[in-house]
Amino acid sequence: MHLFLFLLFAMLCVGGAVNLLIQQKTINSALSLIVVMGSLALIYLLLGAEFVAVIQVIVYAGAIMVLFVFVIMLLNAGAEEYSPGSLVARIVGIPGLLVGSAIAVGVFLRHGQQQLVPIGALYGPADKVGILIFTKYLLAFEVTSVLVLIAIMGAVVLARRSDS
Amino acid sequence: MSALTFLIVAVIKIAITIGVLLTVVAYTVWLERKAVGRMQNRWGPSRVGPFGLLQPLADGAKFLFKEDVTPPFVDKPLYLLAPVLALVTALTSIAMVPIGPIVHLFGISTPVQITGVVDGAGHASDINVGILVILGLTSLGVYGIALAGWSSNSKYSLLGSLRAAAQMVSYEVSLGLSLIGVLLVSGTLSLRGIVDAQLGRSFGFIPHWNILYHGQFIAFFIYMMAAFAETNRVPFDMPEAETELVAGYHTEYSAMKFAMFFMAEYANMVTVACVATIMFLGGWSGPSLPFLPAAVQAFLPLVWFSCKIFFFLFVYIWIRGTLPRFRYDQLMAFGWKFLFPLALANVIVTAFFVAIRA
Amino acid sequence: MIPLSWYLLLSAFLFACGVTGFLTKRNIITLFMSIELMLNGVNLSFVAFATHLGTLDGHVFVFFVMVVAAAEAAVGLAIIISVYRTRETLNVDRVNLLKL
Repeated sequence: MHLFLFLLFAMLCVGGAVNLLIQQKTINSALSLIVVMGSLALIYLLLGAEFVAVIQVIVYAGAIMVLFVFVIMLLNAGAEEYSPGSLVARIVGIPGLLVGSAIAVGVFLRHGQQQLVPIGALYGPADKVGILIFTKYLLAFEVTSVLVLIAIMGAVVLARRSDS
Repeated sequence: MSALTFLIVAVIKIAITIGVLLTVVAYTVWLERKAVGRMQNRWGPSRVGPFGLLQPLADGAKFLFKEDVTPPFVDKPLYLLAPVLALVTALTSIAMVPIGPIVHLFGISTPVQITGVVDGAGHASDINVGILVILGLTSLGVYGIALAGWSSNSKYSLLGSLRAAAQMVSYEVSLGLSLIGVLLVSGTLSLRGIVDAQLGRSFGFIPHWNILYHGQFIAFFIYMMAAFAETNRVPFDMPEAETELVAGYHTEYSAMKFAMFFMAEYANMVTVACVATIMFLGGWSGPSLPFLPAAVQAFLPLVWFSCKIFFFLFVYIWIRGTLPRFRYDQLMAFGWKFLFPLALANVIVTAFFVAIRA
Repeated sequence: MIPLSWYLLLSAFLFACGVTGFLTKRNIITLFMSIELMLNGVNLSFVAFATHLGTLDGHVFVFFVMVVAAAEAAVGLAIIISVYRTRETLNVDRVNLLKL
């Protein structure tokens, strides 16, 4: 059952990622990225990380991707244009792809039964993660708060029309 | 209980809940037309059946038989996906909502909640991050509206949908922040845990509801205003009013797809009413009437829950009949410059009091 | 019981797709989405290792990666809007001169 669920969500992830690359319209790429994020949230649930899974849906799929979709609709991003492609990319890329696939298959077969992770192995509830954020990683938390504030100010200033 | 029993019980619960929810949605439309009509000194639907009670059935039949016009240059996959997305996210939220305590029927005990189970010790438990799942589904509902306007290939639809989506995203922030006060006071993210923290009375009759006893009345009003904006209802219904931008994002939709947007809006209203009841008004807690027979007493929590939902729906309809709508810039200014700082202040004050009490 | 290496393979695949998209695509917005895909692959790696090592620090890292990704997406999209306003194009090959 665990294997079936993992394979299902992993296929969704892989399909979404590949679809992002092969789509010509930008809005379809954005929607496949949302599918990737949703299936990743489900995989996090399989690993027991419930807080991270829900935050992934709320923040990534529900806010950041909405931002992307807005910009795509506002700027009316047209179809993707193809540049002719370089010979170097083909010389390096295709053997690289074969090497990568060989490594992946090798890992599958040789390490397939080691370091097994059961379903919901590490239960990550919101309060424990919160305690860690506010005690051990407090400095990082404060610094990222300032970072987000700077990002808000930067986005407001950059997106304003310059003639106002 | 075994896996098969759990599955069958879950399917039965889903069937009953969806049936009840769709009926409630249909009759909320009837209630709105009747109530708004009476407020405007006219009858509202009164011909189809007694008091117009069969009007939703007539409307349903009309939507089924209407011609389904698809405009020529729409983006077909997205055009078909958008109402589905809107309706699915609106209906799925009801799975997290606890409607009552544990019921024991036919030898099986299960809480009145689709995602609720009874653990070994006989206590009911549900998803530990329930309120965050509902917020996540609300965030995903924005896509239905944005894609509807984009795929319709019409400038009125696109502008209406972008406005609606921007409004929903802006008020989602205040919605979430207003709920943080309740979470600080209850100490848990699970909806059943929040209701359980509000059971009990002091001085014999003052209930421990979050709105009174724990002082979250400002959060309640922020939540109500943000919820009005999230569900695109008056006074925040600029994106879909008939006199603005033709009809906004659902201009190009006809018959059943339009009915799906319609149902999604009212299902969102019901979900928001459920969440407000659970977070602020104590869920299914109410006076237990000892003079009723025991069989009826088992259903009393459901009755109290339904009364509170009905109260919220009536407030929605009442405000629709009373207030004019905001202009778009007033709406955004209200959301960002008034509600958001007020919600932040509420979180800070609540955190201060919780820290003092601890 | 899923081996840890499978989670890492999936994470590597997502990262590789992100890199491919970043190097081959010509639309600025698709480039940014490839960056987000790379960050998601890394997040999966963090959570998988957190589960394997039995510590919740990985989840905290994922939280911070998400915050930084949100900030970066906001500022990046604002820059894209400014670029579009002056250059009238979203093709990254045409935004190659400092002066219009």
